[in-house]
Formats: sequence, structure tokens, C-alpha cells
Amino acid sequence: MENQNKKTTVIAALVENKPGVLHSVSNMFRRRGYNIESITVGHTEQKGVARMTITVSGDEKTLEQITKQMNKLIDVIKVNQLEPDAIVTRELALVKISVPDVKSRSDIINCVEVFRGRVVDVSPESLMVEITGTPDKVDAFLNLMRTYGIIELARTGLTALSRGVKSIRIDE
Amino acid sequence: MATAKMNGANALLESLERQGVKHVFGILGGAILPVYDALCTHSGIRHILARHEQGAAHAADGYARASGRPGVCFATSGPGATNLVTGIANAYMDSSPIIALTGQVPSVAKNSSYMIGRDAFQEADIIGITTPITKYNCQLSSVAEIPKTISTAFYIATTGRPGPVLIDFPKNIQTDTANVEFTSHIDIRGYNPTITPHPLQIRKAAECLADAERPIILAGGGVISANAADELLTVAELLLAPVATTFMGKGAFPEIHPLSVGTIGMHGNPLANKLLLEADVMLAVGTRFSDRATGNLDTFCPEAKKIHIDIDAAEIGKNIDVDIPIVADAKKSLAAIYERLIKQAKRKPDNPWMKRLEEARAQLNPPNENKEFKPKSLLQTLRKLLPDSAIVTTEVGQNQMWAALYFKALKPRTFISSGGLGTMGFGFPAAIGAKTACPDRVVVDIAGDGSFIMTEQELACSVIEEIPVTVIVLNNGVLGMVAQWQRMFYKRRYIATKLGTYPDFVKLAESYGAQGFRVTTIPEFQKAVQIAIKSKVTTVIDVPISMEEDVVPMIPPGCGLNQQVGDY
Ligand SMILES: Cc1ncc(C[n+]2csc(CCOP(=O)(O)OP(=O)(O)O)c2C)c(N)n1
Repeated sequence: MENQNKKTTVIAALVENKPGVLHSVSNMFRRRGYNIESITVGHTEQKGVARMTITVSGDEKTLEQITKQMNKLIDVIKVNQLEPDAIVTRELALVKISVPDVKSRSDIINCVEVFRGRVVDVSPESLMVEITGTPDKVDAFLNLMRTYGIIELARTGLTALSRGVKSIRIDE
Repeated sequence: MATAKMNGANALLESLERQGVKHVFGILGGAILPVYDALCTHSGIRHILARHEQGAAHAADGYARASGRPGVCFATSGPGATNLVTGIANAYMDSSPIIALTGQVPSVAKNSSYMIGRDAFQEADIIGITTPITKYNCQLSSVAEIPKTISTAFYIATTGRPGPVLIDFPKNIQTDTANVEFTSHIDIRGYNPTITPHPLQIRKAAECLADAERPIILAGGGVISANAADELLTVAELLLAPVATTFMGKGAFPEIHPLSVGTIGMHGNPLANKLLLEADVMLAVGTRFSDRATGNLDTFCPEAKKIHIDIDAAEIGKNIDVDIPIVADAKKSLAAIYERLIKQAKRKPDNPWMKRLEEARAQLNPPNENKEFKPKSLLQTLRKLLPDSAIVTTEVGQNQMWAALYFKALKPRTFISSGGLGTMGFGFPAAIGAKTACPDRVVVDIAGDGSFIMTEQELACSVIEEIPVTVIVLNNGVLGMVAQWQRMFYKRRYIATKLGTYPDFVKLAESYGAQGFRVTTIPEFQKAVQIAIKSKVTTVIDVPISMEEDVVPMIPPGCGLNQQVGDY
């Protein structure tokens, strides 16, 4: 199934906020052989409605099928493929970095500042940093930190909203 | 709005009655006992005791397909629920509206600790298990929500693309009491099937069809579920387009109509497969272009312009690319196309395409004068013996494909078979379901010996519940279809396909209190069928046939519709 025309897309879906919905969505992906690169779920401003942000890759046809198959699920209220050029994407990472010596500590803190991250915990041998940005930016920061040693890493996965006043609405 | 204080079990049955449910197939057990207890005081619902939950689910499915009304089945938790699974998967694949209700261990026990999730006795995660094989499923969590959940379940099962819905009913909620308000109000914000076709697409489709030189219609099971057979007929006659059906579409168009070319696919009628490939425009209605229907997709009508009507948007472009998609109800769409086409100039009946149809029919479907004791003439004989309105179900394997090829279906909902899942053992319980829904009609299961053995225990159900059907066992002593593949593609290395001569189907029938006949000539067959279809008791007709009989014509796996081998 390797395909030249593969592209990565962000799908945003409004879903019923009730048990089993995540299962039915992820189960549909598994059963039809679609690959989820990342998925984030959280409440929305509307009661009873959660928002899923799913990053998937596939060719045009696969992406269309994914949207349609998601739409078919009863508890999925609304599905949108977000336009890659018209969205803001963010990911948050918490990363624990080992600090071998004092020099490294100040180098790391400099880096954190350049990347507009924040030091959120300090111990004699480690620093914990919070970094937010596009996945690329997070990757770049982590690559730099590998030279010091990453002790532990937690990434939220990508979340996204389209730019401007436009929004995904239930009643359309 | 009516409200009353009652327990969950009564709220459920009351809700089912309000949905018009008259029959339920099932088997009880501890976790659903309160519901059964409540059945004692709900005389409007007849419970039919199956002998295996798979039988109950297939019966509900047969009931739904024969009548167009949803079939209902009950099972207890754990093994009862898991025994339904094949039946639910079967209904899902063939888009049949059934409602499965399963008992579940209590969500909260007396001491108010959870039972669900603690691996309680007979606990199975039936919601998790059936998520990929139901259109929708849910677990009840309060008595008050029962009426709305049931209305929602029926609405989802029967609208849009129909399908099975499972409701899991924890025991404590069956016995809890509450003030229950009965409402038919439904609001499901994530579900709103598109019914009305887009006028622009209809116009495009009509123009494309009007310009066609060699139009063909491919009717799928969706035509039957949408009750769109009349509209299909009018469009076909107006267009003078030959009508092929998929296997699931069998019955959507009368197969004795001069425009009918039979079913397409692996064991389709060569006439249908051939003409489909010659058409310049294909109007496909309510079909998902399954692999058994299309054969190799590369050679599936690459030149033809394709119009695809389906109520399920996800079917458009899933397997084949189409030129004019129409996401809507088949009945409404066909009616709309007709309205536009009627304004066009009429086609001449002696056009070259009609001549081609007649010439191809003469060549590929010559009349059969043969009266050999073989599946083909047996099934053609059967057609003559049965009333047009008779309902035929089939099992799976050669019997099913012979039936598709040689038993002509004349009306919608009279040919009922497991197309998508190919479930051996479906036909007999489905026949019981069909007969329950349509007690005045003749119901016959065309069976293979291997399949019939899988659900034969329902003979007890059909005899005791007095639901008489006829089972015709085309008895070749082997798992015939698989043996045929071993013969054709595995150099005749037979393994595990021999069934032998047991059981004796006549004695088997008799041991259940049914009637059994064994026939070895066409006249004997005729006589047995005539007795059986008038009989007040279920009849099994054992028809010994050769174990070497192949179903031909056939398209070998991986090949295209143009590579069919063998004569009709
Ligand atoms: C439940 C189930 N198990 C296995 C199969 C695989 N299978 C397909 S056809 C067939 C043979 C069917 O034998 P029989 O019912 O005797 O019918 P025949 O082909 O001989 O007419 C088998 C085993 C199936 N379709 N369903």
C-alpha cells in the first residue's frame, strides 16, 4: 500500500462526549487499515461535545474514505479535513533532560529561551522543560536536547484549529 | 405524553410494542430473565424460542428481509450474546435491519459496587465485540432513557442504509423502577441520512442516460431495501435498458422480464456479465460493487460511464470510481430520473442494443429442455411448482449459486440469502423468520447438506412453534463449493470436504417431528414439493446429487467478468 501520493492531513471531528466513542473511531481505523499518526481528544465549548484531532496519512482517495467512514459513525457529529495552509497546529511536549554539568545547564536554558519553552522543574541532575509549537518545532528542540540526553518524554500529539472566524459547527 | 411507573423490563416491552413489534426470536438466561418474566404480561408480543442464538439472529434477519420490518432477537449475557455475533455480522454485511437485545450482568450490584468490568459470571463485552458489526450499539444506563433509546435504535436500524443495532441491557436496570415517559421524539445530531437526490446530479444522470447507446442498469440490494423495484421497472422500460442485478439485488427486477439478464459476478449469468461489459452507460443503484460481483476491477467496464446511486456516501468511490454520484434514497432518485427521462424522445424498441440483447440471450441463455436429475433442472422445476409470491432462502455454497443462476426471482424480498458474509446455516432459520413475518406465503430453504447441519436444530423450533417451511437439501455428501475449488485449483487434492452419508435427513426430520422425503427422480421431486408446500408441518426433502457436480459458469478468482468459463 506504499503510495507516492501520500499526504498527511489533519481531520477534526466533533463527537458525542460519551463512553465508547473513541473506541468506535479507533476501531474503524484499525479495521479498515487506516493509520492514525496521532489523536487528541478534549472537551469543547459546547456541553456534551468533544473534539478529536486526528493526524492521518494516505492518498487522496484514502483520505476521502476516512472522512466518509467517520461520518458514518452515529456518534460522530461532524467531520472536517482541515486545509493544511489555513490552520494553526500545536503540540505540547514535556521533556526531562539530563544535566551533566553546570555549563550544560546554562546551554540548555539558553536553548529553551530560543524555542520559547519554559523550565518547569529543576533537580541537581535534570531539568524538565515544557515546549509548545508545531510538531516540527518540537522535533527540532528535541533533536538539540538529545546531545545532553533525554531521560523522559511525553508529547500530547497534535491539535489544530482553522484560522479566521470560520469554525466547525454542528448545525450546518 | 404517557408516563407510568414501571420497571425497566416492562419499559422495554412497552417500547417494543409501540414500535409495532409482534415477534421476538430468542433464548433466555439469568441476565435477561426479568425481561422474559415481563413477557408473561405482554401478550401482544409472541416469543419464538430458538434452539441456538445464531438461529434467533438469522430468524430476525429473515423476518426483516421478507417483510421490510425490523426483526428482533433476544439473548442472555455472555455466551448468549456471543452466539448472536455471526447473525449480527451477517445482517451488517447485507444491510438488514435487526434489533438485538442482550442481557448484561448488573452495572451496579446490591452493595452498589460495579459488576460490569469485574469478569462477573457470564459477562462478555458485547458492546466492544459488536462495535465493528453493528450500525449502532449502546448499553442502557437508566430506566428513564429506555423509550428514547428504543425509538432511536429502530430509527437508526431502518433508515438510511439499514443495519443491525444492539442494545445491551444490564440486569439491575431491568428490575429498577422509575417514572417512564414514552416519547417518539428522536434527536441524533450525528445521523441524518441524505434522502432527497441533488437535482443537478439527477439532471446529469438523465442526460447521460438519454445520450446512451447501450445503457445498462445494475441493481443491488439497495433497490430492495428502498422498496424501489417499481421505480426501477419504469426506468428500465422507458430507457429500454437491460437490467442486471447483483446477487443481493436478485428479486429487484422480475427475472422473466424481457429486459432481465440475471445476476452478475463470479457465478453470475454469462448474459449479465457479457452485456455489462458492452454497455456504454451503467446506472448502478444500491450496490457496493463487491469483489464477488465485479471480479477484477481493472477489467470492470473501464469504458462505461458510471452513474452510482447509493444512500451510503461511503460507498461512492470506495471500490470503483464513478462519473455521476448520487447520494440519496434509491426510490426517490429513480423516480426523479424517470421524471426527467419521460420528457425525452422515446427509444425505438428495434434499436441495435435491443437486437444485441436478443442475440446474446439466444446464444448465452438457450432454453433448457433437459430434465436430468441435476441442480439446474431441479431448480427450474422448483420455480414452476412455487407460487410467484413464494419466498426462497438459501444456504451457502453451490446450492446458493445454483439457486442464483437457475431459480428465477420474480419479486423483491422473495430471494433471501447471505451474500456478504456467506454464512452457512443462515437459510433455514432465515426461512423460519420469513415464514413468521409472512405466514400466508410458501417459504422454501434451498440447502446444502453441510450448511443445513449447522443450524438444523431449529427444526425443533419450527415444529413446536408451528412455523412450517420446506428445506430442500441438495445433498452431495461434501462441502461442495470448497470441494469444487479443490478440484479446480488444488489438483483434486481433497482434504476435509467429505461429509459422508450422515445424518439420514429423512430420519433427522422425523426425529424432530417434521416430515422427511427422499427423492431420486424429477417426478418424485415434484410430488414431494407439492406435498411439502401445502403441509402444516416443516418438511425436509433430501435430494441426493453427485458430489462431482460443479457450479458453472464461473469466473476464476482474480479474473475479470470477461474471463468467465463454462456454459449456463
Ligand atoms: C460458517 C461457514 N463456515 C465455512 C464456510 C466456508 N464454506 C463455503 S461454502 C462451503 C461448503 C458448503 O457446503 P454445503 O452446505 O454442503 O453446500 P454445497 O456447496 O455442497 O452446495 C464452506 C465450508 C462458510 N461459508 N460458512
